[in-house]
Amino acid sequence: METCSPFIEVNEAIREMGGEDLNNCMQCGLCTGSCPWRLVDGDFSVRQMIRLAQLGLEGYESDDVLYGCTTCGVCVQRCPREVAIIDIMRSVRSMIMETGAIPKPLQAVVGSIHSNRNPWGEDAEKRVAWQKELEVPVFDGTQEYFLFVCCTSAYDRRSQQIARSMVKILRAVGVSFGIIGNEESCCGESVRKIGAEEAFQTLAAKNLGLWGEKGVQKIITTSPHCFYTIREEYPGEDSPVQVQHYTQVLASLLAEGRIALEEPIEAMVTYHDPCYLGRHSGVYDPPRSLLTSIPGVEFVEMDRNRENSLCCGGGGGRVWMETKAEQRFSDLRIQEALDAGARILATACPYCITMLEDSRKTTGAEDKIEVLDVSEIVVRAMGL
Amino acid sequence: MIREIPRVGVYVCHCGANIAAKVDVEEVARFASKLDFVESARDYKFMCSDPGQQLVVDDIREKGLNRIVVASCSPRMHEKTFRKACQKAGLNPYYFQMACIREHDAWVTEDPGEATDKAKELVQGAVSRVLHHESLVPRTVDINPNVLVIGGGIAGMQAALTIADAGKTVYLVEREPCIGGNMAKFDKTFPTLDCAACILTPKMVAVGQHENIELLTYSEVVDVEGFVGNFKATVRKKPRYVDMDKCTGCGVCNEKCPAKAISEFDQGLSKRKAIYSPFPQAVPNTPVIDRDMCIYFKKGKCRACEKFCEADAIDFDQQEEKITLDVGAIIVATGFKPFDPSVAERYGYGKYPEVYTSLEFERVNNATGPTEGQIRLKDGRVPETMAIIHCVGSRDKNHNAYCSRVCCMYSMKYAHLIREKTGANVYEFYIDIRSPGKGYEEFYNRVQSEGVQFIRGNVAGVTDKAIGEDEKGKLIVLAEDSLSGRFLRVPVDAVVLSVGLEAAEGAEAVARMVGISQDQDGWFNELHPKLAPQATPSDGIFLAGCCQGPKDIPDTVSTANGAAAEALSLIMREKVEVEAAVSSIDAERCMGCRQCETICMFDAIEYDSALNVCVVNEAICKGCGLCASTCPNKAIGVRHFGNEQILSEMEGVML
Ligand SMILES: Cc1cc2nc3c(=O)[nH]c(=O)nc-3n(C[C@H](O)[C@H](O)[C@H](O)COP(=O)(O)OP(=O)(O)OC[C@H]3O[C@@H](n4cnc5c(N)ncnc54)[C@H](O)[C@@H]3O)c2cc1C
Repeated sequence: METCSPFIEVNEAIREMGGEDLNNCMQCGLCTGSCPWRLVDGDFSVRQMIRLAQLGLEGYESDDVLYGCTTCGVCVQRCPREVAIIDIMRSVRSMIMETGAIPKPLQAVVGSIHSNRNPWGEDAEKRVAWQKELEVPVFDGTQEYFLFVCCTSAYDRRSQQIARSMVKILRAVGVSFGIIGNEESCCGESVRKIGAEEAFQTLAAKNLGLWGEKGVQKIITTSPHCFYTIREEYPGEDSPVQVQHYTQVLASLLAEGRIALEEPIEAMVTYHDPCYLGRHSGVYDPPRSLLTSIPGVEFVEMDRNRENSLCCGGGGGRVWMETKAEQRFSDLRIQEALDAGARILATACPYCITMLEDSRKTTGAEDKIEVLDVSEIVVRAMGL
Repeated sequence: MIREIPRVGVYVCHCGANIAAKVDVEEVARFASKLDFVESARDYKFMCSDPGQQLVVDDIREKGLNRIVVASCSPRMHEKTFRKACQKAGLNPYYFQMACIREHDAWVTEDPGEATDKAKELVQGAVSRVLHHESLVPRTVDINPNVLVIGGGIAGMQAALTIADAGKTVYLVEREPCIGGNMAKFDKTFPTLDCAACILTPKMVAVGQHENIELLTYSEVVDVEGFVGNFKATVRKKPRYVDMDKCTGCGVCNEKCPAKAISEFDQGLSKRKAIYSPFPQAVPNTPVIDRDMCIYFKKGKCRACEKFCEADAIDFDQQEEKITLDVGAIIVATGFKPFDPSVAERYGYGKYPEVYTSLEFERVNNATGPTEGQIRLKDGRVPETMAIIHCVGSRDKNHNAYCSRVCCMYSMKYAHLIREKTGANVYEFYIDIRSPGKGYEEFYNRVQSEGVQFIRGNVAGVTDKAIGEDEKGKLIVLAEDSLSGRFLRVPVDAVVLSVGLEAAEGAEAVARMVGISQDQDGWFNELHPKLAPQATPSDGIFLAGCCQGPKDIPDTVSTANGAAAEALSLIMREKVEVEAAVSSIDAERCMGCRQCETICMFDAIEYDSALNVCVVNEAICKGCGLCASTCPNKAIGVRHFGNEQILSEMEGVML
């Protein structure tokens, strides 16, 4: 057995960098036991990582351990000491970031944020290319909503369908909205979770500056990650902007009778709660109310739903990292959806779409189930 | 109005380093010595010590002091001490004033300079106030020697027995049909494993038969008025529909009753009749009729119990009764209720039939319980493997942050019983084992040596989703074993949830009624957590047992005896001094509008219709001052808190 001495300075540094609760952990192991990595025999143990961090012992900072966390929040929700575990992850990752020893794929992400204002290594000047023929109005302060399209939905081919669906719906309903254009930047949520605190703060300032300049007051996000970070993590006590996830906006429009879902969809549909919409933001019902209002839809819940939803594996920077084929949470999720008898697996997050679509293909479920964003389903049901 | 030339003595206490480390006490004394009418001022290490008090006594006698100011701790601590010292030297105790320079100053001020300045201001305030003090005579009132005990668990029973054995009358009020509380539901008790019934039944019988105990079961205290030594409690006696004087407890009514209901005593695991006694050894053994379940009350027909009762004890016309009790002291012993684990979904309680709460499992183990003491699954099989999960609802900020203190021990009691009765493998899932108590650690060791497996891990879930063959038909407990760092799936036949303790249902109403407070978790607050653990800030109200926090039986019995001793010590004084600082009404100015009478919380003001004035009953008045601030004609003043006294104190502080 290795002999070591506690390195308390590390403990102090973690607490100073945002992991204030570090010493409140009593090592009960509920986090590790509740972690989705247990479903795939992963090595990642939250409790052990926290223990090593408490004592400043080596091992907490290795790629598999520290960067395994998807920040899904199950452990935080259950922790008997209410330890803000994700803040600890984040602050340890920030320390590693300062030393430059972060995993390779994440280095590329940080680099791209600096040069392109998006994490995908894509050209900043092509940010709004997704709209193609749609000719989305440019936000100039006269519209009610600014539609903030997630970088993923701006650049990723599959994900672009979410942005395009939203434009179609809002336009059909007659909601006044616009997009700003290529000056837009990444919201910074996942960037922050990988420890790039400075980059996050710069992005937040840049975004708030741009929105202020354009007179943005109400934001609709396509991603729960943007929604969460703008609402919970952006600086300023009373932010002048009011942010909503698109499912909330659409559910209100539905309730007001402004959306008519009349095209039947004859299928068993289930819904996967994205971590950042559900557990982190407490939004469970709006997407469900949309889905269950569609004629023909037979809605079923998967075994793990709402607070107990299973993470797709894409949060906390994992979307940019390689996960061994046999360790993908999204594979399990596809199976769960199939077990529930669903033909359509609906969700409401660009990361979840990416991860679940991947798994659908790699597990050979292409013919058995469709993975669709709620916005795409609404487009279908509106007959657009 | 100053009648004689005041000669003030000021004493500044160091309180060891408590005050002196922050406040320059010598400087404060020097400052005080220069104030008007101050005859002598000095500082001393511990004013509350005998020599400290003697200083005051000697100075009064030798220097002819007639006003005393001590600058030290809060009046709560030592006002009585110094008032006594004054009295000893022949000075009226109300010529004393205290300046609180510890709690209000030294302990809460960072900067020594500022602390010293504040001490000077407080002393100056006290000196200018004391100049206007008047000599007052505390009144004494008789103490009623009877004691009321609320709650008939082991705590209430023990307190009642101790007081009754001393020859005093006790009224023991229990809201259930019989006494015994939670302990009556147990099989064995840790760590000695004595049978609960064997040690409890004799006590219950003793309570039932004691000539000095009046047992009021199926009853609740609904109102308490009055003050220390003279409380008036109203008790509502629910109708039993069975005449206690005639009933012989033969049980034939219970046999013949055709109506069934769920047994609360068996935690819902069995059925009882509509006319029932919760358990065979119940005291009193007079059954009650559950009106909601009784066929006669519901449909107007049946009366089977009445037909078969040879003693002619059934009385469907019995009415609720209200009685009033006069008592001098009250002991609150309302106990606890178990945490409801259905709010924590992951344990599968309510979803899987083989997940039990600990109290349910007590009944399973009990010879008079649903399985007659045999540990059996719902389908009758003997379990081969069982899990016991600790800290359910305890040590968890999502539910109760505190440790419930008894669950580790009772969990190990179960492990032992399961091993002994079934030979099944037992897994205890724990966070930390808490076994502080006589013989407790030894019991832990004993259970380990009996082959029980201890897994250090907070359980993440209980599921019936089997992966392997060996998991089929089982419940699988999921947890990290934090010692080996492995994730475990443990297939078991049944799970016991060691639920924590919470304040009893209705504790809030009891607190309001007797005028005591609850902590953030609902437990009753004691006067002092270390030095006055059974007393409360309300004089004459004492606490016993789990109503003040989770406890095992030994501690419950100790606190019960502690509360009994305090109550006895009070009632055996026969008289009690009541505060002289009460309000008084100037009859010349009073217009008889009776607003004060309405506002008084203590019913201390009466209206004299002949003279059209209100009059204060000084024995009841607490001196709270509500009437004084209400009186539209400024006819009411509170002695010792007159306008002159308060204004001069404020002027002194602000000068
Ligand atoms: C599952 C379990 C197992 C345990 N096993 C052990 C053990 O083996 N050994 C051990 O030492 N300790 C054990 N304990 C602890 C033990 O139960 C307590 O120490 C003991 O019961 C406390 O007694 P009590 O009188 O304070 O409270 P209780 O037993 O709760 O009695 C309170 C009584 O007051 C009555 N009451 C409440 N409110 C009112 C009201 N407003 N008016 C009138 N009456 C009222 C109730 O009906 C009840 O009869 C165990 C606890 C649990 C939960």
